[in-house]
Amino acid sequence: MSKLDAKIPEGPLAEKWTKYRSTVPLVNPANKRSLEIIIVGSGLAGASAAASLAELGYKVKVFCFQDSPRRAHSIAAQGGINAAKNYQNDGDSVYRLFYDTIKGGDYRAREANVYRLASVSANIIDQCVAQGVPFAREYGGYLSNRSFGGTQVQRTFYAAGQTGQQLLLGAYSALQRQVGLGTVKMYARHEMLEIVKIEGKARGIIARNLVTGKLERHFGHAVLLASGGYGNVFFLSTNAMGSNVTAAWKAHKQGAFFGNPCFTQIHPTCIPVSGDHQSKLTLMSESLRNDGRIWVPKKIEDAKAIREGKLKPNDIKEEDRDYYLERRYPAFGNLVPRDVASRAAKERCDAGYGVNATGEAVFLDFAYNMKEKYGRAEATKRGITNPTEAQLKELGKAVVAEKYGNLFDMYKQITGVDPYEEPMQIYPAVHYTMGGLWVDYNLMTTVPGLYALGEANFSDHGANRLGASALMQGLADGYFVIPYTIGAYLANEIRTKAIPTDHPAFVEAEKNVQESIDKLLSIKGTKSVDSFHKRLGKIMWDKCGMARNAEGLKQAIQEIKALREEFWKDVRVPGTANELNPELEKAGRVADFLELGELMCVDALHRNESCGGHFREEYQTEDGEALRDDENYAYVAAWEMKEVGNWELHKEELKYENIKIAQRSYK
Amino acid sequence: MSEKKINVTLKVWRQKNANDQGRFETYDMKGVSTDMSFLEMFDVLNERLINEGKEPVAFDHDCREGICGMCSMYINGRPHGPLRGVTTCQLHMRSFNDGETIVVEPWRAKAFPVIKDLVVDRSAFDRVIAAGGFISVNTGNAQDGNTIPIPKENADKAFAAATCIGCGACVAACKNASAMLFVSAKVSQLALLPQGRVEATDRVLNMVAKMDEENFGNCTNTGACEAECPKGISLENIARMNREFLVANLKK
Repeated sequence: MSKLDAKIPEGPLAEKWTKYRSTVPLVNPANKRSLEIIIVGSGLAGASAAASLAELGYKVKVFCFQDSPRRAHSIAAQGGINAAKNYQNDGDSVYRLFYDTIKGGDYRAREANVYRLASVSANIIDQCVAQGVPFAREYGGYLSNRSFGGTQVQRTFYAAGQTGQQLLLGAYSALQRQVGLGTVKMYARHEMLEIVKIEGKARGIIARNLVTGKLERHFGHAVLLASGGYGNVFFLSTNAMGSNVTAAWKAHKQGAFFGNPCFTQIHPTCIPVSGDHQSKLTLMSESLRNDGRIWVPKKIEDAKAIREGKLKPNDIKEEDRDYYLERRYPAFGNLVPRDVASRAAKERCDAGYGVNATGEAVFLDFAYNMKEKYGRAEATKRGITNPTEAQLKELGKAVVAEKYGNLFDMYKQITGVDPYEEPMQIYPAVHYTMGGLWVDYNLMTTVPGLYALGEANFSDHGANRLGASALMQGLADGYFVIPYTIGAYLANEIRTKAIPTDHPAFVEAEKNVQESIDKLLSIKGTKSVDSFHKRLGKIMWDKCGMARNAEGLKQAIQEIKALREEFWKDVRVPGTANELNPELEKAGRVADFLELGELMCVDALHRNESCGGHFREEYQTEDGEALRDDENYAYVAAWEMKEVGNWELHKEELKYENIKIAQRSYK
Repeated sequence: MSEKKINVTLKVWRQKNANDQGRFETYDMKGVSTDMSFLEMFDVLNERLINEGKEPVAFDHDCREGICGMCSMYINGRPHGPLRGVTTCQLHMRSFNDGETIVVEPWRAKAFPVIKDLVVDRSAFDRVIAAGGFISVNTGNAQDGNTIPIPKENADKAFAAATCIGCGACVAACKNASAMLFVSAKVSQLALLPQGRVEATDRVLNMVAKMDEENFGNCTNTGACEAECPKGISLENIARMNREFLVANLKK
């Protein structure tokens, strides 16, 4: 078993990054102009990296499959972004953000990376404000904060329920500025389909122009993957329809180890599945848990009556409601981390207390806070001494609309139910993947010159990500980490001339891509790509979802192998390779998901413990909490692909020198 | 949520590529659930076409949450269909009647050439942003975010303008295919914030020049853009941009 070197700098935790930044090799401005960097993905991590590296003088090429870099799925992030600013004077600090993140991740993240993340978090807010990102502000003109799960301070910055949009548009503006200056060349409607390696180093990519179908070769001294997560392996998730693992998976097949693939985040507050036609699931931001209380009926007969439409949620009296998060976790209440909240919802629904026709939904109710918290405050502000119930509701509604208006509108549009009048119905859904390409402290994968940023890497969230930390990590990696760490590699590349793309390695790589496209088109089978994707998703959700067990995982591995075989025999991909062909694009992505799904199950099966989003039914405490095994599993599982369906495990031991590892408690 | 099943007839624009003349094809959709989204109905149609050995309909879509701005169908003569403040992907079949005929076309504008079927090229928007839709601040330059207090009213207005999703519905709705609402939203967002004032003059001149160069039409104040914008971007932004433009021209 080889040893993975995470290249964590020596020295005390708080000084590692500062010291590293002052000593990392630099590339002088003249040399930067002849160094080329390829970035795949234009979300928060990709766009911020592209802008920052181009500002430094590097020649950058950015690729995205959407029609514009502004469409990347970071845009859909709702609730907010964490930063240790302590503007609220409520005891926040870099150390506390670091501690919350490690604990939230159930002690499966790397201390040094997380500390660095917390250290640069404040700079992100400053940078975004300077770009004109319109964060929410108080009447005094200062930045506003709100609470998120797994913390007891208010450190989340936000822009209504569309923080991701505003941050991404900030990064996109910075990116477009560089495009205008000619330092970044943008390739929209392009999909990366292979990594080109020369003498063991990543030296470029093969990309398909999705409009013409033409394969293109692009050289880079380094290749950065900022291609997001792989939640769509479950078919139904909160990810965008196009979100995929392909870039990361091609890298994996070229030797980049895959870290903790089974760590997936099931988000507790999503709109429940309504029918077989459903193409995706929609998140209702975690920020709603600031003001929404989660409950199911106390009496099982009430739950049944609601399911059958005989009772309405508002008919259930206060004393007959079970606010189960507040009951089980009094210290954090409705603001427990996502994995805990999701499992608790599943537990209630499995016990028969679910509140929609499928039995898989709980209530998220705003009535109390709308009236009592906001309505009363507004009434006092306006000098209304004896407000009526109707007045309280009206006044509170206006405040809630300002905070979450877009989310409430979206909910109504999808479900046809008005959440200002009736509680929302929610259920957990796949949302984020903590696992991803294994990277060292420099964000470099096990392939020299190949980097992974943002959700595409595994690095900072351990086994469970805290809310409002994905935006933080994506922008930290792009704005403040990679511009420094890439110097450590590129300083030694200044003598490498651009390699012409008629090099045999490029020719070979393109040929392989062409063959696999031809293969997909030549099968001409009987079943659509989506039908395979749905079947894969069902296997993953049933057997590698919110709860897993050894038996189910073993079955899943066999089922996925068989499904993969069937796919390559019987998939039907219409059209040709030389045109815009969305079915062909999907086919390539699903082919990769069919390999990844197996690895996720292999990883989940090998990890004989429960931690964060990975809940193995065999390993739980008496009251149903996750039971970690720090003795045997305090490591990152980094998988090396030998061939499809065959992986070798490498372990990176996690050392906790600054945090005392303990059972996570939110009680 | 009371689910019903309805039958509708789709007349969909089919165009093989940019050079093809294009035509409408008719598809009967039976037993469509009213809980289904409009795009999910297209998923069902495409699944059927694939099974019949026919070419599925190409259309742009990604987040299906109304925020990425990628979906772009012109439905019964209106960008994003019959509802106000709703993108195509958030439109649900409960907004249609049993037996209805629904006509679906791509965005039509000189600046947005059709690529295939319902897919158009909106990269002109990216080029307009690249011409000036930013604040020139390199990473690392910024001072503390609370150094400059910004009146909440201005911050809220800037945010309202910044919620534009760049879908192009305003252009598709406009009889002149003008991009004034899109461009003015970005100009306004940055003009309303103190950090954006520094470059305000150049920004508005450069963005407007680029907009004209990209073949977008002129604004004749009909207001169709505001009425059809799924994010409710206000015409006030166009007025603000006109003021900015006038002042910028006087300064130059």
